[in-house]
Amino acid sequence: MTTTLGVPSVRRSGAGTEGMAQAALERSERLQAIRAGTLASVHSWELVTAVDGPGTRLTVFFAGCPLRCVYCHNPDTMEMRRGQDVELAEIVRRMRRYRRVFTASGGGITLSGGEVLMQPAFARNVLREAKAMGIHTAIDTSGFLGAVATDDFLGDVDLVLLDVKSGTEETYQALTGRHLQPTIDFGDRLAAGGTAIWVRFVVVPGWTDSEENVEHVADIVARWSDVVERVEVLPFHNMGQDKWDSLGMEYKLRDAQPPSTEVVERIRGQFRARGLTVH
Amino acid sequence: MTSATTDRPLTEPVAEPTPRDPWEGFVPGPWQEQIDVRDFIQRNYEPYEGDAAFLAGPTEKTLAVWDTLQNTYLAEERRRRVYDVDTHTPADVDAFDAGYISDQDDVIVGLQTDTPLKRAMMPNGGWRMVETAITEAGKEIDEDVKKVFTRYRKTHNDAVFDIYTPRIRAARSSHIVTGLPDAYGRGRIIGDYRRLALYGADTLIADKKVAKDAVVDQPFSEHWARYREEHSEQIKALQKLIRLGDSYGLDLRRPAATAQEAVQWTYMAYLASVKSQDGAAMSIGRLSGFLDVYFQRDLAAGTITETEAQEIIDALVIKLRIVRFLRTIDYDQIFSGDPYWATWSDAGFGTDGRPQVTKTSFRLLQTLRNLGPAPEPNITIFWDPALPAGYKEFCSAVSIETSSIQYESDEQIRDRWGDDAAIACCVSPMRVGKQMQFFGARVNAAKSLLYAMNGGRDEVSGKQITPEGMVTPVAGDGPLDFEEVWQKYEEMLDWVVGTYVEALNIIHYSHDKYAYEAVEMALHDSDIVRTMGCGIAGLSIVADSLAAIRYATVTPVRDETGLIVDYVTEGDFPRYGNDDDRADDIAATIVHTVMSKINEIPMYRDAIPTQSVLTITSNVVYGKATGSFPSGHRAGTPFAPGANPENGADSHGMVASMLSVGKLDYQDALDGISLTNTITPQGLGRTKDEQVTNLVGILDSGFIIDED
Repeated sequence: MTTTLGVPSVRRSGAGTEGMAQAALERSERLQAIRAGTLASVHSWELVTAVDGPGTRLTVFFAGCPLRCVYCHNPDTMEMRRGQDVELAEIVRRMRRYRRVFTASGGGITLSGGEVLMQPAFARNVLREAKAMGIHTAIDTSGFLGAVATDDFLGDVDLVLLDVKSGTEETYQALTGRHLQPTIDFGDRLAAGGTAIWVRFVVVPGWTDSEENVEHVADIVARWSDVVERVEVLPFHNMGQDKWDSLGMEYKLRDAQPPSTEVVERIRGQFRARGLTVH
Repeated sequence: MTSATTDRPLTEPVAEPTPRDPWEGFVPGPWQEQIDVRDFIQRNYEPYEGDAAFLAGPTEKTLAVWDTLQNTYLAEERRRRVYDVDTHTPADVDAFDAGYISDQDDVIVGLQTDTPLKRAMMPNGGWRMVETAITEAGKEIDEDVKKVFTRYRKTHNDAVFDIYTPRIRAARSSHIVTGLPDAYGRGRIIGDYRRLALYGADTLIADKKVAKDAVVDQPFSEHWARYREEHSEQIKALQKLIRLGDSYGLDLRRPAATAQEAVQWTYMAYLASVKSQDGAAMSIGRLSGFLDVYFQRDLAAGTITETEAQEIIDALVIKLRIVRFLRTIDYDQIFSGDPYWATWSDAGFGTDGRPQVTKTSFRLLQTLRNLGPAPEPNITIFWDPALPAGYKEFCSAVSIETSSIQYESDEQIRDRWGDDAAIACCVSPMRVGKQMQFFGARVNAAKSLLYAMNGGRDEVSGKQITPEGMVTPVAGDGPLDFEEVWQKYEEMLDWVVGTYVEALNIIHYSHDKYAYEAVEMALHDSDIVRTMGCGIAGLSIVADSLAAIRYATVTPVRDETGLIVDYVTEGDFPRYGNDDDRADDIAATIVHTVMSKINEIPMYRDAIPTQSVLTITSNVVYGKATGSFPSGHRAGTPFAPGANPENGADSHGMVASMLSVGKLDYQDALDGISLTNTITPQGLGRTKDEQVTNLVGILDSGFIIDED
């Protein structure tokens, strides 16, 4: 058997929620539980190393995302209805079980997606429970919904994996269908509050890789240089193509090629030029 | 050719060439009164808690010898598969003249034959394999030798087939049991090679004579007759070992007096075993702590430097990398190459709580840097999260650089087998010199499930293998019922396990009689523990298939004769390897059930039955002979190795699969459980430091014993 722990961006997804007790509730109870943050729509979970933050981590992928990134490699996480209901107690039980793994590996939990901030009440509860157990916490987000993360919420977050997908409003909208400004505002808040950030930037040929665009991205990131511990420049890959097909969704990057090593290195250099630690 | 004696202190022109007291400076104890290597180690070794900074690189001599090997011998072997075979001289401890790699090969001497990589015949296991191997190597057989081993001298293989029962033959030809050591050396026995260094052959012979004579007043029985005969064989083997030493100018009668001699003596004892036996696994034991005592004494006395210490360990490892056996192409295919499992166990903790990590533990790992990566010796670390940090980081770094280290849970091994246990092959632990294993290959637990549903008809050939009506086949075309299938599986396992263990009893009875490991057993106590190392293959396939039957809808597909040849599975089902109790509990139950059935059967020589969930390379062969499964596993495709989840079934990360494997009860599988993973260094992190830390974390996570 070969288990390749994917770095930088090769991730198997669709792993599913198997092993997690799924909740079956009446509709009204369900809505109440969602509001109370004791029930969430979850796409899958995974124990991963060196992908979603330091050490070995329990990464929970929430279902539902406000963005529609053309290169998304997990389009099956875009819609909340494709997820499965999982109760807070189930996530807590699993965190408790893996506590020793986290301690041994210097890991923790990462709430990812989809977009974790689509289900802030539940995320808030998970983070609070994790901190109560002394577990390192990370959220993996585009920052588009950063405004819903209260200061109280961020107080329980040790690390933000922040996707800065493109450097100008125009290119960001073309790529994701949404605005860039909320991400910048969220980063500014994290920097002001001293929350650690790992920035992620995906190199999509023809979409994000121009020197000019990267200059804009790097300038944005440089504003937060006090809290940015690393910048991960991830080459786009085409492994999500099958998922787009099986969901019957139109994939704009069909047969697109990954960027060349030279381009990726040039882009890393642009971040390095601002004194950032780049991988 | 060169003389083996070099400019070591022993041959300095002193007036009287009496070596110093070989035990000078050692902490005394019971080990001086009786053979007790562990006691010697515990009283004398010094744990090392530091990092790798003290280590030395390779010397010019090491590199020169290694280059000669590479260029003159290994390169040629890669071209020809087999470098050379001696077709005239049946192997034995003292059958060949001394041989050397080059003039500079004088640090640790000794080859299996008179030329590096030249392979020797060991026909006591069986002539047919030898003949095939010689022919496949492009050589002619020696008709005189053939005559001896087909007309005058009965072999292990002849004996086994004289005794085999019809049901064993049927099970063997339908491949429900495969890979049995009935035509080749069983291996899996670890002589305590350190004894030769600590005591010298004269003392060992005297000790065996005492043991042999202690039973002279016993009335005749086959038991005591065999006991005395085996002791005579052991004494003769030790005398041959002395002659082997003489041929290299080494006086093995006396104990080793220096670190170089301790390594040389230990290696000579090991060499004697690989000169006389070609077992599937010929492991070397647990040497580092023992040898380190000698290194520390010489370093403290200023008679060697760290560079020389490293050169000695490098020289030993070079020798361990060129052990060769005469194998058939078929055999190489089962084992994916030419391994012989010179497993060298290291680290772990003593029962007194001190880590058994010494500077020599570091020197052993350093050989992988000095000489480059290699599969032999199979360096096996007894891991515990509490091992010294410097050592853990060095292990992790060398693992990332060379992919050449194996890890086992120290706590589980120590709790059951003590702190001087070593691994034979890949996972089988035993107390060194006090315990041996009867190697049992494995039974195809996956195919047994198909037999259960087909009432003992083979799903590939359609032949009725088990007695008709013994297990009634699944009736009808409706979905399979879990309770019914499980019941049939248990009934089928009774037959399969019974047949399998019967074969093992016969095999080991014959091996003891016709291919006895005299030199290895001479380096054991006279009264030893024997285990019968049974094993299963295909665990994950059975677990997933039973989970499919239980949690999804599985409909059998029959051929025109009514034989179930495939399954249609609809719906989701949990799969073993995702830390999901629903499937993992089924896997644990299978292992427990097989073990209970093994436990019911009497064993040859009162062996203690054990079980392994282990296959590293033979999965292809098992898979080829097996049909399709409810899990979706296709006919003829390879099984996942050992206790691994099915290929692609573990979708929640490597650590989750480790936790699933961790749910198998070690008490049901005391011969060991293996999980094979491949990780790329890049998959462990962005920088070398991060990779090292993350690998340490994964190992620690995998070897935490669950307290719940």
